Amino acid sequence: MPGKTYVQTRINGESVDFLAEPRQSLLECLRDVIGLTGTKEGCNDGNCGACTVDMDGRIVTSCLVLGVEAEGKEITTIEGIAVGSELHPVQQAFLENAALQCGICTPGFIVATKALLEHNPDPTEYEIRFWLANNLCRCTGYDKIIRAVQDAAARMQGVSA
Amino acid sequence: MTTTTDYERNVILSSVDYNVLGTRPIRHDGADKVTGRALYGADFDTAGLLIGHVLRSPHAHANIKSIDTSKAEATEGVMAVVTFADFPSVKDAALDLGEEVTTLHDLQANILARHKALYKGHAIAAVAAVNAHAAEQAAKLIEVEYEVLPPVMTAPQGMADDAPILHESMRTNELGETIKGKPSNIAQHFQHVKGDIDKGFADADVVIEREFNTVTVHQGYIEPHAAAALWNNDGRLHIWCSTQGAFPARDATAEVLRLPVSQVRVTPMEIGGGFGGKIPVYLEPVAALLSKKSGRAVKVVMSRADVFEASGPTCGSNMKVKVGAKNDGSITAMQAYLAYEAGAFAGSPVGAGAMCVFAAYDVENAVIDGYDVVVNKPKTAAYRAPGAPNAAFATEQVVDELAQQLGIDPLDLRLKNASTEGTRRPDGTVFPRIGCVEVLEAMKNHPHYSAPLGEHQGRGVAIGYWFNVGFESSVNIAVNADGTITLVEGSTDIGGSRASIAMQAAEVLGIPAESVRPSVVDTDSVGYTAVTGGSRTTYATGWAAYDAALDVKTQMIERAATIWDVSADDIELKDGVFQSSSDPELNMSFNDLAGQLAGSGGPIVGRASRNAGGMGVGGGSFAGNIVDVEVDPQTGKTSVTRFTVVQDAGKAIHPSYVEGQMQGGSVQGIGWALNEEYYMTEDGAMANSTLLDYRMPTSLDLPMIDTVIVEVPSDHPFGVRGVGEANIVPPTPAIANAIHGATGIRMDRLPMSPVAIMEESWKQS
Repeated sequence: MPGKTYVQTRINGESVDFLAEPRQSLLECLRDVIGLTGTKEGCNDGNCGACTVDMDGRIVTSCLVLGVEAEGKEITTIEGIAVGSELHPVQQAFLENAALQCGICTPGFIVATKALLEHNPDPTEYEIRFWLANNLCRCTGYDKIIRAVQDAAARMQGVSA
Repeated sequence: MTTTTDYERNVILSSVDYNVLGTRPIRHDGADKVTGRALYGADFDTAGLLIGHVLRSPHAHANIKSIDTSKAEATEGVMAVVTFADFPSVKDAALDLGEEVTTLHDLQANILARHKALYKGHAIAAVAAVNAHAAEQAAKLIEVEYEVLPPVMTAPQGMADDAPILHESMRTNELGETIKGKPSNIAQHFQHVKGDIDKGFADADVVIEREFNTVTVHQGYIEPHAAAALWNNDGRLHIWCSTQGAFPARDATAEVLRLPVSQVRVTPMEIGGGFGGKIPVYLEPVAALLSKKSGRAVKVVMSRADVFEASGPTCGSNMKVKVGAKNDGSITAMQAYLAYEAGAFAGSPVGAGAMCVFAAYDVENAVIDGYDVVVNKPKTAAYRAPGAPNAAFATEQVVDELAQQLGIDPLDLRLKNASTEGTRRPDGTVFPRIGCVEVLEAMKNHPHYSAPLGEHQGRGVAIGYWFNVGFESSVNIAVNADGTITLVEGSTDIGGSRASIAMQAAEVLGIPAESVRPSVVDTDSVGYTAVTGGSRTTYATGWAAYDAALDVKTQMIERAATIWDVSADDIELKDGVFQSSSDPELNMSFNDLAGQLAGSGGPIVGRASRNAGGMGVGGGSFAGNIVDVEVDPQTGKTSVTRFTVVQDAGKAIHPSYVEGQMQGGSVQGIGWALNEEYYMTEDGAMANSTLLDYRMPTSLDLPMIDTVIVEVPSDHPFGVRGVGEANIVPPTPAIANAIHGATGIRMDRLPMSPVAIMEESWKQS
């Protein structure tokens, strides 16, 4: 077994360094090494989107990124979405639109939605559905999630206008 | 946020208004779940935690000749290895775990294989080590010698005379009598009879009989099973797990380990979906045995492949349905043959399927034969209205075909024969007040039903039923000095039930929903509460919350009477204010009185526990669908272009979460109809045990799911009917009927994938 690698990153705006085994995914490092368990594992092969995090402005499924690949990267997880004690408009919209039931997929959806609205502040229903197609939700049938994203877009445009 | 449509997308047909019920407060656990703070099964951690890994059978059917764990045990970092031999020996007994009925021997042998591997993925042994990788590598060093046997994959295969036998000890229970002699894969054959079936069919002008087949599908919750255990030095076992029922998980774990229930404490973590699949225990006893051997806390988490191959999906089935009717549309006879796969151990949902198969029809003459058949697949578990969607796929297509042959509108035909209060189902149950007619009428009145269709499009309708269960629930309420209440409950919250239960207490006490602090607690901290399943939680635990709030109300009125020195009979609580009826000067808000409790006699706590009855309480719930599909004539690919779900909620406590149940169940039904299946190889392996290949619906596959909530009150104090399950029943036949409308093809099997549709198209043209 090769030794561990020293990895330096910024996570949720803070400098974070950790030791990663070569075989450990970023997801495993976040959850088991760093203790950020808000990012969830649903499949460990990139198909459910529950482990979605933002890495240098792109969303990735953190189960398909090696921990050592995070070297020098800027990472945002679900724990870094709220600003201090204020929920992000996407989080608030998910709550008010009842866009979660069990909540296990919610961290991935919120991270992916925030990235969508940063790329495209006024997406159509189709664009929302297309962007979120890598995030599986088994409880809601997506209806209320799509509405929450539309609502969040309206809130964020209202804020910026 | 507005959506441009010429109709209202989400409608509530309600007749009774309340202060709190029917509003849409933010759920109490919301902030934790949008910030990543909520702790689910796999998030558990504690000092010195070991990680377990389960070695699973690569064969669907094999005798286990020997297991050698010595190499694994000798590996650096390994702290314990367990097999079936580590279970205490137990006398067999029937176990009723609520929606999950099994025997003690079967439960043990499903958790760790006894002397046979009965499905690919069957747990053989488990290792606890210092981390997950070490545990997985050590598990590979366990040497198992198998004698591979031919597998049985479907109910018809299992029922064949020359079928390989799974359990040498199994004898068929044939209509209540055990058949002595030869072993069989048929655990049970039962029959429900009503009226005179021969006369019923003789009276018919039209008789239609069709055969249908469905295959295994999975609940597909996004959170894999997870459990942690610490067998403490005082002999007490503490479990932390993702479960639909902390008490049933406690009871099952205690039974298989031969512990008194009081020696086991289960702390339910947040649960990432279940739909029935997280009622049984798989990992809890394994983690417990590993903890006992190692003296450390041990956590075990399933992989996604484990979830598919080794947790309980719902059954494949072989069904025949025959319906006779007169030319005026009155149905004279209905007959069903239901052969359901149980998986590796007895206990398919065929009993429930038989209760639901003709529930929407008030028919005089009926016969239902049910067969419970073991096959070499994982033991089935409950999945949202277990057994009913299979049955509806058959019945609702035959009824549709009947409507077509008779030239009667399919909803009119159903309305003409609809079950109402007093209808006796073929299984013997007499309906109390139900909403079957109201649901059908709401479907007929919906603008979707008369909207125009495009080329290659078709519309289908169907109705479905789930009977709902009652069972036990306990709730404690304490009044805080600031006018809020803490509400302690035992029902794990799988989709917003903290809110729907808290709101019922708030309604009784005249306080806002936000003034209730609900907590889901461990099994040492509240009275017995059955599973979150059977659509029972908002009904039964909600009813306990109602009773506990009434207890608080009574005590608060007595306290006000003491303070004012008047008779308690003189005081009433209205809109959150205690008021003397004889002296208008004497009034006090709930908040004010709450602040005076300490000095006027001490704190007030209310409590209630209730057995809300067995199966079918409150009459259950009906759900109906109107579905439009477009079928690509070149490829057979079916797209759902419009979907409306109508369901009787009795009273929608939190309408957003009722709609959410309806939409979620509908989409699981859409996946079941069009995509999902266990694609089995000839040697009994699941070939598609990833979420890429087991293709559940994504957001891009779907339209908005429009809802109509019908409110026909049940016997619950607020009229609540559980809404968790009935909504998954009508989608598969409604979509099949829509595909027929679009293509003229009748689909007699699931899933109705592009391949299946093209094959049928070539066969039928």
